[in-house]
Amino acid sequence: MSEPVPMAEMIQVTIDGVEVTVPKGTLAIRAAEAAGIVIPRFCDHPLLDPAGACRQCMVEIVDMGNGRGFPKPQPSCATEAAQGMVLKSQATSEQAAKAQADILELLLINHPLDCPVCDKGGECPLQNQALAQGRGETRFDGVKREYPKPIALSDLVLLDRERCVMCTRCTRFADQIAGDPMISLVERGAKQQIGIYPEQPYDSYFSGNVVQICPVGALTSADYRFSARPFDLVSTVTTCENCASGCQMRVDARHYEVRRRYAGEDMDVNEEWTCDRGRFGFVSARGDDRVTRPMVRKDGELVPVSWPEALDAAVHGLEAAAGSVGVLTGGRLTWETAYAYSVFARTVAKTNSIDFRARSASEEEARFLGANVAGKTLEESVTYADLEQAGKVVLVFFEPEDESPAIFLRLRKANRKKGLAIQTVSTFLSRGSAKLNATLVPARPNDIPQRLAELDIDSDTIILVGERATRIPGTLTVLMDKVRATGARMAWVPRRAGEIAAIEAGCLPGLLPGGRPVTDARAVAQMADLWGGDIPTAPGLDAVSQLAAAAQGDLAALIVSGVEVSDFDDPDQAEAGVERAFVVSLESRLSDVARRADVVLPVDVLEQTEGTFLDWEHRPRPVNQVVTNPRSPMTEIRVLAALAEAMGVDLGFRTPAGARESMADIPAWDGPRTEELAVRPEEVDAKGVVVSTWRELIDDARCLDGADSLLGTARPEVARISPQTLRTEGLATSSYVRLTGPKGSVTLPLLVDPTMVDQVVWAPFKGRDMALASIGVGVGVPVTLAAAPDPKKEGEE
Amino acid sequence: MTDTLTPVLTRNWGTDRSWTLDAYRAQGGYEGLKKALTMAPVDVMNEVKAAGLRGRGGAGFPTGMKWSFVPQDNPNPKYLVVNGDESEPGTCKDIPLMMASPHTLVEGAIISAYAINAHTAFIYIRGEVVHPIRRVQAAVKEAYEAGLLGTNILGTGYDLELIVHAGAGAYICGEETALLNSLEGLRGQPRLRPPFPAVAGLYASPTVINNVESISTVPSILRYGKEWFASMGTEKSQGFTIYSLSGHVKNPGQYEAPLGTTMRQLIELAGGMRDGHELKFFTPGGSSTPILTAEHLDVPLDYEGLAAAGTMLGTKAMQVFDETVSVVRTTKRWLEFYKHESCGKCTPCREGTWWLVQLLAKLEAGQGEEGDVDKLLSVADTITGKSFCTLVEGAIACVTSAVRHFRPEFEVGCHTPAWDYLPYSASALFPISDKEVHA
Repeated sequence: MSEPVPMAEMIQVTIDGVEVTVPKGTLAIRAAEAAGIVIPRFCDHPLLDPAGACRQCMVEIVDMGNGRGFPKPQPSCATEAAQGMVLKSQATSEQAAKAQADILELLLINHPLDCPVCDKGGECPLQNQALAQGRGETRFDGVKREYPKPIALSDLVLLDRERCVMCTRCTRFADQIAGDPMISLVERGAKQQIGIYPEQPYDSYFSGNVVQICPVGALTSADYRFSARPFDLVSTVTTCENCASGCQMRVDARHYEVRRRYAGEDMDVNEEWTCDRGRFGFVSARGDDRVTRPMVRKDGELVPVSWPEALDAAVHGLEAAAGSVGVLTGGRLTWETAYAYSVFARTVAKTNSIDFRARSASEEEARFLGANVAGKTLEESVTYADLEQAGKVVLVFFEPEDESPAIFLRLRKANRKKGLAIQTVSTFLSRGSAKLNATLVPARPNDIPQRLAELDIDSDTIILVGERATRIPGTLTVLMDKVRATGARMAWVPRRAGEIAAIEAGCLPGLLPGGRPVTDARAVAQMADLWGGDIPTAPGLDAVSQLAAAAQGDLAALIVSGVEVSDFDDPDQAEAGVERAFVVSLESRLSDVARRADVVLPVDVLEQTEGTFLDWEHRPRPVNQVVTNPRSPMTEIRVLAALAEAMGVDLGFRTPAGARESMADIPAWDGPRTEELAVRPEEVDAKGVVVSTWRELIDDARCLDGADSLLGTARPEVARISPQTLRTEGLATSSYVRLTGPKGSVTLPLLVDPTMVDQVVWAPFKGRDMALASIGVGVGVPVTLAAAPDPKKEGEE
Repeated sequence: MTDTLTPVLTRNWGTDRSWTLDAYRAQGGYEGLKKALTMAPVDVMNEVKAAGLRGRGGAGFPTGMKWSFVPQDNPNPKYLVVNGDESEPGTCKDIPLMMASPHTLVEGAIISAYAINAHTAFIYIRGEVVHPIRRVQAAVKEAYEAGLLGTNILGTGYDLELIVHAGAGAYICGEETALLNSLEGLRGQPRLRPPFPAVAGLYASPTVINNVESISTVPSILRYGKEWFASMGTEKSQGFTIYSLSGHVKNPGQYEAPLGTTMRQLIELAGGMRDGHELKFFTPGGSSTPILTAEHLDVPLDYEGLAAAGTMLGTKAMQVFDETVSVVRTTKRWLEFYKHESCGKCTPCREGTWWLVQLLAKLEAGQGEEGDVDKLLSVADTITGKSFCTLVEGAIACVTSAVRHFRPEFEVGCHTPAWDYLPYSASALFPISDKEVHA
């Protein structure tokens, strides 16, 4: 675990006659909780700074700890407990009980009686409080405050102003936690309300949290509004599959269908927050492209067939390709499913050609992962808590707000509360970095290894490196040299939820489960013994090599799960490989691989199964079955087991639980690890413009299909350049720029960013109408820029 | 009666172009500053402390003691903020002072800043009062040009930047922490205390906030001495102050007199009630102080005397109402003010003023029901004692004191409109029909 935290000074407080010991600085309301006494509240939230606004949590302070009390009731949310303090809550104090009843009455005079149609009805703190302590009848016979309803704060969040109790949890969240203070109180007195600047919506990756923490039904989600009653929902605690942050989620389902997702409460990981992608991006499997029946290609067309026929076709094709099969697992599988593929590849397909990396990848990275990431436990890894305790955090090829939002929130908290210094080695100071108060270490992408080598860091520093590092050869080599030279700690943070688990499961050509190198005879023997039978020792092909070989006709068959050809740097090559090889596609949706496959075997979606993710900290994160649907397809593990069986091999398990049992039999690896591959950074050509890019949190990802409100909050697609580059490239008079790479060009609105490094253009990797991969460029690749007319107007002419 | 008046702050108001530096200097202006700058800051503070000057903005906290709360070992800059957000109904002392003699304020600000070792000071003035803002701005400009502000003031090595800041028009910004928020460019709503402004005020640095009149009183203390100051007023309320008389007196205006002067004396000074009418009730210090009636004419108008009478000195804004005035209507008008000016931050004030106005409107219209007067008091009790700041306590004071003194008149609201019971035209100071009053 993390290093010991110095013990805080403890104080004794008496609440309703119960004595509790709490750290100095604890608020009275929290001290009461420690004594098991719940004081009603609306504005108070443990993760937000106190406001003292709603006045619901009034208590009687009999003794402040100095022998004197307060004549009037005091808000327990804004009063620090003191040594010897004596408090009385509503349970034992008439003064406190009256104060709370009075505040409740005042809160209700302007509150609409629309609970029966309000989303919050049934899970509403105000409703509960009114029921528990309110008057049966109102004394208020006047005119209630009314507003036209609702107003949209953004595409995702709607506001019914008349329900608002002005607790300012939402504005404090936006300001303090997310750093997007775009909602604010406007007007005053009884007409005070939450508002936005009229021409600027609430633009935040974290906006859904305000819906969750709203103590009344004022803020609602555009997607969930009016779609269910809380008491009809079945809640399941599980883990988000959208990135490697590992956020705990509480997923609410009704009628076999997920209706909404809330952030779960896990103070070690996501605290009580989650990003909008995790919260709202869950409907992609509800489209017409959901695969529910096995399909086989006949006369060039995929046609639905029975399971036996599909399995026969798959077995036929794979046996014909025996010895020339590759396995691509994508980066989104659970630990158990990834393990099933790992076992399948070695014991059924008899190959080490297995790779989870449906993205940029290199041998340097594969060896780095084997040497420094694989085979680690939570205890050996950098954790969220470590980030808060660090002296400095350096970000390399990593944009937390886009690529791991929970890390972003934790870093922001550490900066805000403890002044954590954050450096980002990047091409510009992104909005996320600015919100972290990060210092920019400016670098063209190709110069990042050099800048990294020059950094002034020590053993109190944590370097967070993103998966894009693989694109610039030598980055990971320099990183590890730096780590060894300074004693700094390092964590590799992938974008996808399943990548750490895939590494641990051995979904790499050179890696067996638990960090065992394929090149180690004892490791191979150990696994062969556990799995029963011989396993291959010849090195396998990585994902890109498999696809290249397949395109050349050198690899006969591919088993593919959860991969899009557009995920690769060279989508054309990926497509050619998939076209040419015999492809068995295990899919829940008709992906661009499945459309080209010879056999498509339907599998269920994550919400219908269970398993485990490993987050970037290597922390096991349970995935629980959220919905049961009698018509849903089998789990991916069950399908693999069936396929193995049809090929005459017993996979050893056919459920996630079975896979876990099998994994539990694997001892910790005490042998040598993979050796790193030292790569010298390439000589940098200082001339010309190169590309800097990453995937933004909300972009054209397949898993966000159908989440239209969410997609409406995606950031505008722009090409960013420095003022200097604007001049040198002769773009000064243009508001659009055309980026031309080896395979084509895209046109984007031009944004001049003074923090941008010269001779670099930044653009999102994927947008709604563009993809950098389609023009053959990626991080660090040269590109030419030219002034361009507005493409929309051009179309009209 | 002239011996009752003690014109100090108001002494030069009548002189020609009294707001200019020349006119102010001709009356001995900036002599107090010269003297102060020969003293150590702590001695200046002790002089003010010993003089017994208490805050003239309403609460009456001893000014010198407030200064002594500034932790001088705090590494952050110290700030002086002058509260010129005068908005309390009936209150009209700071604005005429800033109009007639802005240099009195500027001189006081320099001395006070010096006393707390501040090198930046702010004068925060209510945004609506454009003329006083311009006068103070012009005075500050003159002071800079005369070497009274800026670096090395009067060759003493003391530096001070004085910034005049116009508010945006909110009563709540007279509350000191809301004022600080407003000054920082934030929403004008009160801040949680602790930390108190003396420790972490403006920009989280030690800050003293004083009323315009308090600061303006400082130069005279330095010039004439603490004994001179303490020779006026009463034992615990020393010195002089500006009483602002408005309403049904013959000569409304500013009357500068020692603390402890009585309402009877002030009304006499103002030429008595308007002819043929008698006093019904008055506010001792703006609408937020519980009202008094003719039986309180001989209460000494100082901090202790008024506290003993169940009210407060407040801003010493005497709004005088004669027997033609409906107390129900007056109370409702006051409550409309509080409703309009409630910042909205906390529940009791935001919702409570909304409710009280509706209850009072019902009673004013003669549409009250049996029990409504008790309900009014009960709702007032629901609201009181729970709010974030004291704004709503002023509103509650209006209601409870009015009902205490004039309950039968509120009961009339259960059957007769206030405008029928006491026709509004009768209380106007100019001819107007009841129809016009209602419109």
